[in-house]
Amino acid sequence: MIHTLIGDFGHLFVIISFVTALVATISYYKVTTQSNELLKKDWGKFARTFFYLHTVSVWAVVAILFTIIYNHYFEYYYAWEHSSRNLPVHYMISCFWEGQEGSFLLWIFWNTILGIILIRTNKKWEGPMMTIFALVQAFLVSMILGTVIPGLEVKIGSDPFILLRDGLEAPIFKMNPNFVPKDGTGLNPLLQNYWMVIHPPTLFLGFALTLVPFAYLIAGLWTNQYKEWIRPAFPWSLTAALILGIGIMMGAYWAYETLNFGGYWNWDPVENAVYIPWLVLVASIHTMIIFRKNNTALKSSIILTLSTFILVLYSTFLTRSGILGEASVHSFTDLGLSEQLLVYLVAFIVISMVLCIKVWKKLPTNKEEVSTYSREFWIFMGATTLCLMSFQVLIPTSIPVYNGIIELFGGISNAAPPADQIEFYSKFQLWFAISLALLSGTGQLFWWKKMDKEQLKAAIALPFVLTLLISSIVVLISGVHHVTYILLLVASIYTIIANLKVLFNVLKSNYKLSGGAITHIGMAMMLIGILFSAGYSNIISLNTTGLGYSNDFDDEVNLKNLLLFINEPNQMDKYEVTYKGQRLEVKGVPGYVPKGLFRLTDDPYKITAKEAIVIDGITYAQRGDTLSISPENTYYEVEFKEANGNVIYLYPRLQVNEQMGNIVSPAIKKDLFRDIYMHPTVVAPDVTSEKDWSDPEEKELKAGEQFFVNDYVANFEGVHRIHDVEGVDLGPNDVAVQATIKIQGENQNYTVRPVYLIKDKMVGRLSDEADDLAVKLSLLNVHPERDSFTLGIQTTQKDYIIVKAMEKPLINLLWLGTIILSIGFTMAIHRRYSEFKKMREKGMA
Amino acid sequence: MKKSHILGIVVIAIAITVIVSTAGDASSYVTFKEAHEMAEKGKDAKIHVVGQLKKDEQGQVIGIYPSEDKLSFSFMLIDNNGQEQMVSYHEPMPNDFMRSEQVVVIGGYNQNHEFLADKILMKCPSKYQETEVK
Repeated sequence: MIHTLIGDFGHLFVIISFVTALVATISYYKVTTQSNELLKKDWGKFARTFFYLHTVSVWAVVAILFTIIYNHYFEYYYAWEHSSRNLPVHYMISCFWEGQEGSFLLWIFWNTILGIILIRTNKKWEGPMMTIFALVQAFLVSMILGTVIPGLEVKIGSDPFILLRDGLEAPIFKMNPNFVPKDGTGLNPLLQNYWMVIHPPTLFLGFALTLVPFAYLIAGLWTNQYKEWIRPAFPWSLTAALILGIGIMMGAYWAYETLNFGGYWNWDPVENAVYIPWLVLVASIHTMIIFRKNNTALKSSIILTLSTFILVLYSTFLTRSGILGEASVHSFTDLGLSEQLLVYLVAFIVISMVLCIKVWKKLPTNKEEVSTYSREFWIFMGATTLCLMSFQVLIPTSIPVYNGIIELFGGISNAAPPADQIEFYSKFQLWFAISLALLSGTGQLFWWKKMDKEQLKAAIALPFVLTLLISSIVVLISGVHHVTYILLLVASIYTIIANLKVLFNVLKSNYKLSGGAITHIGMAMMLIGILFSAGYSNIISLNTTGLGYSNDFDDEVNLKNLLLFINEPNQMDKYEVTYKGQRLEVKGVPGYVPKGLFRLTDDPYKITAKEAIVIDGITYAQRGDTLSISPENTYYEVEFKEANGNVIYLYPRLQVNEQMGNIVSPAIKKDLFRDIYMHPTVVAPDVTSEKDWSDPEEKELKAGEQFFVNDYVANFEGVHRIHDVEGVDLGPNDVAVQATIKIQGENQNYTVRPVYLIKDKMVGRLSDEADDLAVKLSLLNVHPERDSFTLGIQTTQKDYIIVKAMEKPLINLLWLGTIILSIGFTMAIHRRYSEFKKMREKGMA
Repeated sequence: MKKSHILGIVVIAIAITVIVSTAGDASSYVTFKEAHEMAEKGKDAKIHVVGQLKKDEQGQVIGIYPSEDKLSFSFMLIDNNGQEQMVSYHEPMPNDFMRSEQVVVIGGYNQNHEFLADKILMKCPSKYQETEVK
């Protein structure tokens, strides 16, 4: 049965939310332009009511879409495309935003919450600011409208509630329009990760938050409050920077743990698309600080706040229009929304520019020259550096856009992003980071007051000496020798020391003012963490055989990977490393369990135990029990043994991923001062294909006889009759015998039990494997007259993996710095919001 | 000259440097023929070549030569002009390499006219084509 009603309701609520957003926009416009106080009040109530209606219908849309996913209504394209029956509930939440429509919906959802908070916290600003806010909201909702304008034949938006039969051309729907698939195609397994449950909502909350300062700004320009908008907008800009920053770092951490490019940041266009607006946002915060201090930098604050929002739209356009194509490893599909996105982008740029030009002459300018010995000078330099940093990433990231524009005018352009992106971006960003660290250290020393040359010298002396002292010790110990790296290290240490000095001074007077100092300490720690973990990331999986294989390559590239045959120890760094075999994650059993203990079944999600599963004396399953697994994941147990006998196990993962091919995830050994990061570059045998067995070698044996299989010593213990054979119904006249063979492996003994049976007078043979030893045995024949048996011995490629491992020194400083930076931001938000509240109570905001 | 003017000039200078360097370091999508011509002229810039793996009549991938210790491999790539070229890669063969429908190699020719790839990007058949409605 097809549930058409729920989708119709969903679509209806999308339309209602679009219309109510428009009505709210118009009525808020009336509130702003109406001079009659009484009418103003009425319009205000009306507008608010409609924004609440809008909010309710957006939430209804969210609830309906989630219901469709939750109840597995696979007649809907969205549910079929993004979920499946095997998903646990928390990943069903991820299904919600795997698709573009759902992620727009998430953005819209955050906006409704922000809208309500804004209505409740504002008095004077509600009218003009909410006009802009509701208008943008209407634009966003139109992205999921999925309505064709009659007459024009232009489709607006992509509807998340289309039925599968309307969204997919498939012959089955011609025969049976009411056909409902039994299962969906599932959520990309790569996204089945806890970070992917929280990372997208955080990022979209960050996107949503950038709208607030933008709305305040446009409202300010519109109502001739050129300066006043900054006070209410300021805490929101800080919040946006905090949330967006956390979102970016969550994405980085996810990439570090899950992807296999060997780090947390790859300068992929998708990463850049968020990094670019974030830098400009942080720059805008700094110019706002200058403005709040001495009323200068108003124009820069306006331009940067506008740019932030426009860059957020631009990055949305980049990542969703399909224009990145081959430039990004992420796959994007064009839902036909690119034109619509482009129109909005251009519209917002034009609106912003027109407003700016109109008011530009009226904006106060400070003619007075800024003194080098003022705090403002240094902050402004910092903001400029941030903008240049952003610009340097923006220009190359947009290369596919230039190709697109040239092709639009009939030209041919084949420009590609720089071949080595990491090197290309780093060589600029490194120098920007150095100057940022120097500026933020010095700028903070000024604290509140203006200083002259002598005072500055006095203030800087102590941090300067301490920096030199500590830096030389650190350089000596760490062995950093690259000149630019030393500069970055010294500059970062300087920032930490200078800000610590400020912090101590502030803590004596008012701890609430210490947000800035703490934030900058966090930033410097992040810089040091990045410097060591990326600059001194060191490959330790060196090939100790000393054999280069191909003369085409120089020695260095030949030696990056290590081949590990199962149970054969190899030396890596200070560890003796041994690959121990394939493992599965089994529901209800702790840790990772050897794959060889189970038999696969017809249902890929179920396996049966070949023998009782006992771990640390606790029995988790009996022989023959059926257990659940996630079939796409295979883990590879690798043992690391130190000389002192300490042993740890790492479990890198291979995920068979239909959407993206086979994905290898690293395993990370986390130490205080360094991480060891290891991922398999090749696994064998390929888990997705059948094993390639040799032709059977026949051997006639008597009970108790010893023999060799695949170079292992084996003992043929004997044969006995059995009455239960798994998967076979034995009748009264049927006979089954089972042989028991013990094989001595490197570390343990394996028991193999092939079966010979006669059922309905037909001979059947059930072979059995010792996975780790790459051996398969079958009982081919029974010779009662000679009291002997014929065994069939088959061998295959021994299991092996090729791994690459590297150490990442001091990477924990990056994560710790992120946390400290976030704490600093939170303190600043609190302080600036209190300032806004005080002004509001005075009736000025 | 005012300080703000100096600052402005510095900013513009850096911006121009960024643009020039982007133009200089930008790679390009070319064919093997063009790549070879570039190498002949002595340009050692890394380029992108888009192509497909060589297949026999049954659609099986052919022309793949892993090294003995499996830690590197060479393969035959046919670019969009139909030109075949042996490409060497100094990393083990990625697991789903044989299944990729399109391969982008980033690298260039060395002095011995061999094409060395620094990086391989693979486009795998997307699930939109692969999945049938069941």
